[in-house]
Amino acid sequence: MRKFLNGPWVLLMPTLIILTCVVLLPLLLSLWTSFTPFKLTKPDTLYRFVGFRNYERLIGDLDFWIAFGRTVLFLAIALNLELVFGLGIALLINKITYGQRTLRTLMMFPMMFSPILVGFQWKYIFNDNIGLMNNFLREFGVIQPIPWLVDGILANVSIMAAEIWSSTSVFAILLLAGLLGIPKDPIEAAKVDGCNSWQVFKNITLPFLMPFVFIAMTIRSLDVARAYDIVQMMTGGGPAKRTELLWTLISRTGYVDAKMGMANAMSYISIFLSIAFTFFFFYKLVEARQRLSYE
Amino acid sequence: MNKKQINNILIWFSAIILIILIMTPGLWVVLTAFRPQVDVMAKPAVWIPRNLNLIQFETMLFGGSEGSMGRSPIPVLSYLRNSLIISFTSTFIAVLVGTIGGYGFARHNFKHKNKYFLLIMLTRTIPGISLSLPIFIIFSKIGLIDTHIGIILVFVALNIPFTIWLTDGFFRQIPRAMSEVAMTDGCTKLQAFWHIELPLSRSGIASAGIFAFLISWNEYALVSNLARSTDSKTLTVGLMDFTAQFTINWPGMCALAVFIIIPALILTFMVQKHLVTGLTFGGVKG
Repeated sequence: MRKFLNGPWVLLMPTLIILTCVVLLPLLLSLWTSFTPFKLTKPDTLYRFVGFRNYERLIGDLDFWIAFGRTVLFLAIALNLELVFGLGIALLINKITYGQRTLRTLMMFPMMFSPILVGFQWKYIFNDNIGLMNNFLREFGVIQPIPWLVDGILANVSIMAAEIWSSTSVFAILLLAGLLGIPKDPIEAAKVDGCNSWQVFKNITLPFLMPFVFIAMTIRSLDVARAYDIVQMMTGGGPAKRTELLWTLISRTGYVDAKMGMANAMSYISIFLSIAFTFFFFYKLVEARQRLSYE
Repeated sequence: MNKKQINNILIWFSAIILIILIMTPGLWVVLTAFRPQVDVMAKPAVWIPRNLNLIQFETMLFGGSEGSMGRSPIPVLSYLRNSLIISFTSTFIAVLVGTIGGYGFARHNFKHKNKYFLLIMLTRTIPGISLSLPIFIIFSKIGLIDTHIGIILVFVALNIPFTIWLTDGFFRQIPRAMSEVAMTDGCTKLQAFWHIELPLSRSGIASAGIFAFLISWNEYALVSNLARSTDSKTLTVGLMDFTAQFTINWPGMCALAVFIIIPALILTFMVQKHLVTGLTFGGVKG
């Protein structure tokens, strides 16, 4: 008993109890439900086991695969652009000596916006009738309003813009922290030895920044699903499912169509997708950290 | 002009564009909240703000005067109350539990420690909407749908992993020797924690708390499905409900958005310095 009280477990017990009750057990229920034809309207169906029927149907479901593919594509494009923009912004702020702190604080502005608020403000900006974007374009002679959120392709671009606006600063802030921590000696030594700025960037700055890139990626991959809030707000998955992501599809299947069994099967696939993203970047982080300590 | 001056001008030019891109969307929403409906709907657009007023806020809080827009259809005060109760309570519990857990990770070595740490972090990766499905089923069975307690419980679980990540990093920055010395002088472990480690990591715990508050304050996916009425709907759900209507009162919605952003704005600026150190410390030193 005494050993237990002095050990780590008594400290971790509250955490483990809460996470078991609120996350682990629901996930087990979710797993069970995905093997049943459970519908909210027919409570008895929760106890009928149908094996992999939901999953088999999903494999043949084109709508599901389109949403899945769009989600992966969306994340790939958004994360890469955020990284590139974030790196550019970090390098820029790093160059500025006067007012650097103020700029860094301003950079945090989008981070405090709730995703639902990000969705709202961009829905307002891209509104075809009174939105900032179309009003602005009209001043330059574009009289015909552009249907930003109604056209399939434009709607995806608009959502992407909102997503990038809200998350680029995570990269910028963390990469800037990395840049400020780079030791000056190797850079100066390299310059004395005749390296140009591109070589310095490629061979010294970038390897040093890599762990920070992966920290940012790991942190971001924890909350990629917040794109759900943005999409739900801006288009609700429409027009005609053109902006449907995995998460909006889950929500529609589970709550609107009341097909809980099928929604849970989809949600398991989305959970694995999230965990795969996180694991990948965490693994890269550990790797980059090791490489840095060897050199 | 030499090369360096041109360089400087270029840097400042891009910095200004950057600031405009970052600030415009938010400021435009805030500005709209104070503008008359006529100006917002006007074509061609009215660019220079005029006749700024507080009508939207009055309507929202006190239910509008006769003849203007009529009574406000939005129960903002209920939303605000729910948001405050849920966010404060869940933050308090999450920080309490998470700090104890973070201390456990920072000060103890045990088998598979890193695996447990990673496992706890992984609970955070589960998309809110996916987690909401089974919780919805459970809550409707045990009557926790549309209650504060139910939502608070879920938010606590949502915030614990991140609190552990942050506090673990801050506790590890404090040399172990300090509490060891105190313990050889006769302090119990608990006293050493209370008098030495806790005060030293105060700023870290505070930022973890602010972070937890912001996550609860901003959450939508879970609460939108677990809340059914004004008994437990929060501001974010309220904003969504009324923006989904066919005719949107844009200035009114913008005023509601201002309600959501102000607390977040103040808290983020309070925490900004610690946040970066906390996050990167936990990551780099592993």
